Amino acid sequence: MDLLSYTPAWISTHGPALLVVLPLMMAVLTAILPSRAAIGGKLAWLAVLATSGICLAVAVSMLLQVMAHGPIDYAMGGWAPPFGIAYRVDALNAPILVLISAVAVLCTLYALPSVDAEVEPKKRAAFYAAFLVSFAGLLGMVITADAFNVFVFLEVSSISTYVLVAMGASRDRRALTSSFNYLVMGSIGATFFVIGIGFLYMQTGTLNMMDMARILQDGGVDSKVTKLAFAFILVGLGLKLAMFPLHTWLPGAYSYAPSFFTAFMAATATKAALYLMLRFSFMVFDPSWAFIGKAVMILVAALGLLGMMAASLQAMFQNDLRRVLAFSSIAQVSYMLLGIGMATTLGLSAGYLHMLNHAIIKGGLFIAAGAFWYRFGITQVCDMRGLGKTMPWTMAGFTVLGISLIGVPGTVGFVSKLALVQAAALHGWWWAIGAIVLTSIMAIIYVGRLIEQAYFQDPPKKGAVTVSKNEAPLMMLIPLWIFAISAIVFGINAEWTTSLAAAAAELLSGGPDTIVPHMGGH
Amino acid sequence: MITLFEHYNYAIVIILMMIGLYVVFSSANMIKKLVGLSIFQTSVFLLYITMGKVTGGQPPILDPAEYESHGGGHESAPAAAHGSGHEAAQASHDAVQSAAHTADVIYSNPLPHVLILTAIVVGVATLAIGLALVVRTREMYGTIEENEIDELDYLGNLEGHAG
Repeated sequence: MDLLSYTPAWISTHGPALLVVLPLMMAVLTAILPSRAAIGGKLAWLAVLATSGICLAVAVSMLLQVMAHGPIDYAMGGWAPPFGIAYRVDALNAPILVLISAVAVLCTLYALPSVDAEVEPKKRAAFYAAFLVSFAGLLGMVITADAFNVFVFLEVSSISTYVLVAMGASRDRRALTSSFNYLVMGSIGATFFVIGIGFLYMQTGTLNMMDMARILQDGGVDSKVTKLAFAFILVGLGLKLAMFPLHTWLPGAYSYAPSFFTAFMAATATKAALYLMLRFSFMVFDPSWAFIGKAVMILVAALGLLGMMAASLQAMFQNDLRRVLAFSSIAQVSYMLLGIGMATTLGLSAGYLHMLNHAIIKGGLFIAAGAFWYRFGITQVCDMRGLGKTMPWTMAGFTVLGISLIGVPGTVGFVSKLALVQAAALHGWWWAIGAIVLTSIMAIIYVGRLIEQAYFQDPPKKGAVTVSKNEAPLMMLIPLWIFAISAIVFGINAEWTTSLAAAAAELLSGGPDTIVPHMGGH
Repeated sequence: MITLFEHYNYAIVIILMMIGLYVVFSSANMIKKLVGLSIFQTSVFLLYITMGKVTGGQPPILDPAEYESHGGGHESAPAAAHGSGHEAAQASHDAVQSAAHTADVIYSNPLPHVLILTAIVVGVATLAIGLALVVRTREMYGTIEENEIDELDYLGNLEGHAG
């Protein structure tokens, strides 16, 4: 804990507020930058880099403090909870705050060449401002302990996401319809969520999550209003995190958004929503109540299983590179849902670990996919021919992350899939192990297709001349390789990430090694 | 049937919600979809406003004279603001409640109204973005009917280029 001594004392008192307020304020400043001048875009980029860098530093020091001294509470505006809005950083959300800010820093590095190529100069400052709003929204919905505040930040991040996805229209006009589709689905999801919050408020008379949990425990477990609230919240968040039948917005949004934002969104957006599902299912409601336990086990685990199969199957038959990765994202989210569905400490820990690891993998893969487009305009799988020769370093990074997605030993994907298999075995869910193995084989096929194209096919010819080597710019290679190297480092030495996941799972299930009792057999 | 009439506002909420969702899912026209979405969101506004209604409740405005004479609220508000924790807040809550109780006044709950103001703003923002997207779609595709857009995308795919 040497690092802890370097963290300033004010982090534990005002860090939580800073994490949300800073990006919001900087978004305003960035939006009013002179956008017509060429310098505007560069200044905005610097502002985003500085903001995400500071947020990362604050998030890391808060994580260290939480691990050493326990949760940090912050009363917004000095109004004591449960009346005021409370922010709470604990073992469950501190790692996700670090994850979101770290991905933001890496993606911002990548944005310099990528946004220059994909967004018109006069729109760049506004584009970066929208990104900061989305970033603030994600941090806000993870950090807050106030149920209605969650809805507000959920919408803050979603609305800016719709805008950012639509900005891909200069590259492909389908971005507009994808964004519209996401807007309709996302708004329905957020509205379902807010209906659920309304019912919870009817039942408990409070909006503070900890207070809600306490009042629900005292009575109202069997109330119809509580059950209804849980149902609405589950469906609303399920839409946001792309739970299997509610995932239809995701492939379009990931495929046609500017590649910088796809990388950020793929690594963070579904994770933040998944965190909320964990927080609500386990810390506001309690799976030991018959209704909640059944819903979590039957619905979440079964939909996770279906999602794994269906999305992996679809990923194998996609022609568009980013659609392959998008369907794989749905499959990976389903793995996490399966872990949650077990509702055991081990299962939760495995699901949480997979959430952290998948963010590393998918962030890097989408960065590489953006780099292929940047150099050669590649969007289709069949156009990836010979990339192993024409972009060796980019393709090598892509390959490392690709095999990590499959779950080859020595990579992060293996660590979390193994944890998931172990949890399933101890829970007696043998069918789940079968499904994990089967979908991993499907992953070999859909990732293998991409790698085969790149390494075992010759580069295309322009007339008589073979396309020459054209490596991605350094600003793209650096973040890509940071993702790729961390995929290996955390794959070989998983102690730190595993301990984070274990701490989060302990918090969720309320003690070490307790199996949350729920109705129904194994 | 009688309960349905007694709680007619809930019935209205459900009817509006279903109309809204039906319009979103059944129409191919992007503007109509947004109309449906707005109706759907409006039903939630009504739900929240219903929630704030307390039978026999007055507008939640404290009578200054009443408030001074009971005194309790005056000291406890700063105590809560200083953040001395849950107990202080609970104490101030009790003080306000007892002040209200002794005066035999029931107030409606103002909090859901405040909450739904926020949700209305969110709804307006969503609608604005949605309409902006419709305008851009019309410019780039020449239509706002989703089946026609799908057809154009399909043709674009066949020709091997998009947009």
